Amino acid sequence: MWGILRQRGIDGGGLSLRRTRSASVSARSYAAGSKEMTVRDALNSAIDEEMSADPKVFVMGEEVGQYQGAYKITKGLLEKYGPERVYDTPITEAGFTGIGVGAAYAGLKPVVEFMTFNFSMQAIDHIINSAAKSNYMSAGQINVPIVFRGPNGAAAGVGAQHSQCYAAWYASVPGLKVLAPYSAEDARGLLKAAIRDPDPVVFLENELLYGESFPISEEALDSSFCLPIGKAKIERQGKDVTIVTFSKMVGFALKAAEKLAEEGISAEVINLRSIRPLDRATINASVRKTSRLVTVEEGFPQHGVCAEICASVVEESFSYLDAPVERIAGADVPMPYAANLERLALPQVEDIVRAAKRACYRSK
Amino acid sequence: MATAFSATLPLHGSSSQENRLLLPSTRLPPPPPPSSFLGSTRSLPIRRLNHAHASRRSPVVAVQEIVKAKKPTNSLLITKEEGLVLYEDMILGRSFEDMCAQMYYRGKMFGFVHLYNGQEAVSTGFIKLLTQSDSVVSTYRDHVHALSKGVSARAVMSELFGKVTGCCRGQGGSMHMFSKEHNMLGGFAFIGEGIPVATGAAFTSKYKREVLKQDCDDVTVAFFGDGTCNNGQFYECLNMAALYKLPIIFVVENNLWAIGMSHLRSTSDPEIWKKGPAFGMPGVHVDGMDVLKVREVAKEAVARARRGEGPTLVECETYRFRGHSLADPDELRDAAEKAKYAARDPITALKKYLIENKLANEAELKSIEKKIDELVEEAVEFAEASPQPGRSQLLENVFADPKGFGIGPDGRYRCEDPKFTEGTAQV
Repeated sequence: MWGILRQRGIDGGGLSLRRTRSASVSARSYAAGSKEMTVRDALNSAIDEEMSADPKVFVMGEEVGQYQGAYKITKGLLEKYGPERVYDTPITEAGFTGIGVGAAYAGLKPVVEFMTFNFSMQAIDHIINSAAKSNYMSAGQINVPIVFRGPNGAAAGVGAQHSQCYAAWYASVPGLKVLAPYSAEDARGLLKAAIRDPDPVVFLENELLYGESFPISEEALDSSFCLPIGKAKIERQGKDVTIVTFSKMVGFALKAAEKLAEEGISAEVINLRSIRPLDRATINASVRKTSRLVTVEEGFPQHGVCAEICASVVEESFSYLDAPVERIAGADVPMPYAANLERLALPQVEDIVRAAKRACYRSK
Repeated sequence: MATAFSATLPLHGSSSQENRLLLPSTRLPPPPPPSSFLGSTRSLPIRRLNHAHASRRSPVVAVQEIVKAKKPTNSLLITKEEGLVLYEDMILGRSFEDMCAQMYYRGKMFGFVHLYNGQEAVSTGFIKLLTQSDSVVSTYRDHVHALSKGVSARAVMSELFGKVTGCCRGQGGSMHMFSKEHNMLGGFAFIGEGIPVATGAAFTSKYKREVLKQDCDDVTVAFFGDGTCNNGQFYECLNMAALYKLPIIFVVENNLWAIGMSHLRSTSDPEIWKKGPAFGMPGVHVDGMDVLKVREVAKEAVARARRGEGPTLVECETYRFRGHSLADPDELRDAAEKAKYAARDPITALKKYLIENKLANEAELKSIEKKIDELVEEAVEFAEASPQPGRSQLLENVFADPKGFGIGPDGRYRCEDPKFTEGTAQV
């Protein structure tokens, strides 16, 4: 069943619905707000506010209405805005994604939900060919202000067909913006920016982050708040090694940074937020400062997001590097079901710590 | 759901045995005798629209019955002005496509070019009934749809030559004709891709009317072929268009061939019009080589959509005189079949109708042909003389957003704010 997670006894956790961040908050560099918000509530409030601000925004997807959302992200929207703005579609990804694209061609602003991004493969023709490429093919006449959102990447024990990460696939296509939030502030700010944006945006959420609470500032709770696209965030300042990642792995990287700090390695953690356009300036500036790079992602290793980041750093900051670039990705296998194998197939905090130490020439 | 409204119109006097698409005569009443009356003379049991009893699905009325009922006897289907407009549009389509073939073989045009010769009646029959704000979505065989919708011959020819004066500044090409001004929403290379996009445009009309409370009765016409009717997206959209009662007309240009794959070899039930009623919309079969028959069916389908009664599926039996594309040697089609359809050339048929019914004389039609020839020649000269796109155009228009940083809280693009530091978001 959706949304049911297994309690896990690993320190890379963050998988429990009820766990909230506590002591680690004060080490953060962003505004320490007294309020906390789950990523789920952040997304819900973002969609709610954008729908009330602009009547052209509507939501469409499977179970978004009466079921309140497969992961409860669209909870309450049907009651508030009615069935003309919150559409429960039949199970026809290609059909309803195409309808969303057509509606965007004609001037509306659809927010299309995929129950998981794995299902977007049934609609990928529309995301790439009729949404991403249209502004270019029509020489700017037809822009497509659509948002494709949904959970991406591995959940807990959902098997190979429900666990793939699509960041690399979508981020390779010119004409798409690809965003991957981590915290509640990211989720709110980036989703609001995505809905307002005149271009097609692929918004990759993470099912395991939905229940996590993060502190949120007053500024982020304002209804006009939105974050810039194409700009990464430095979650933790450091001077010895740069760890670049996105989505759930940001949490793991932060834990790894704490462990590294105990051993005297100061790690800088960069939360990409935006996979396309990629914030190469921030990444390279950080690597020029620390001289070492570790990139982390959950997806398949070959042709992944990390590959692009490594190539970019080698091209632009080669003479600043003191060690080979390190790349940590998911295992090069379809996701296994067994819990221990799944754990082995995904990056864990220990892997990040080991890679950072290797980059610092501190391991055997 | 009764299929009473799914009628088969008489085809140019051919008998039922010759026409492979008709059911064996034991299952259908015998075809009516051929007459000069264009339209069905068959009387059908129909369901009358009954507004007193609201039902979950609206009852559907036979298109042909309405056509027959409202048309007074002994008068023509078109006026002289309408006739000349239709004739000119079809001649434009034909001349333009012939010129494309010439230009392709001279190397001015390249890539994939799919010509529409023979199918002009469908494009003219439907699109000449639409307004500028109605939308048309097509496939890769879209030059004539763009021309009928109002995109100038110069703009289309320049686009095909890949010049900056083309309707998409040379960035789309033959298969991707877009025009915001004329609501020509493409031009899609993947078959079936245009159908959901068209359904979305129709969805927007309904949304504008019901949610945004605007006065909008725009309809959308989606053109696609027989091969597309075996594709999943077609069925997904028939379902949703009927479910949401969208103002869309699905027009199947059944030319019997999908490249080299015959429709009969690839389809379990080749009668495409029957698939409409299965989803709760009328399915109509019409002779697509006869522009007046197409126009009569189109009038009712468009009116139905404008009234808010929902979608219609129209199967037009038509034929393409040339191969699938200019690269297709067209070896699989039988010469006899080609000759049979060549004898039913829609332009010749309309010319005959106009002259026989004294709506126009030879001289007038000749002068139209001459005018169009000159127009097409001028379009070629214009395209030849136009420059190719500049180098900087390569990176333009990937995003509508100039630098890809999104929109700020004040509603303006972030990159317009001088305090916002420039990143490396290269577009």
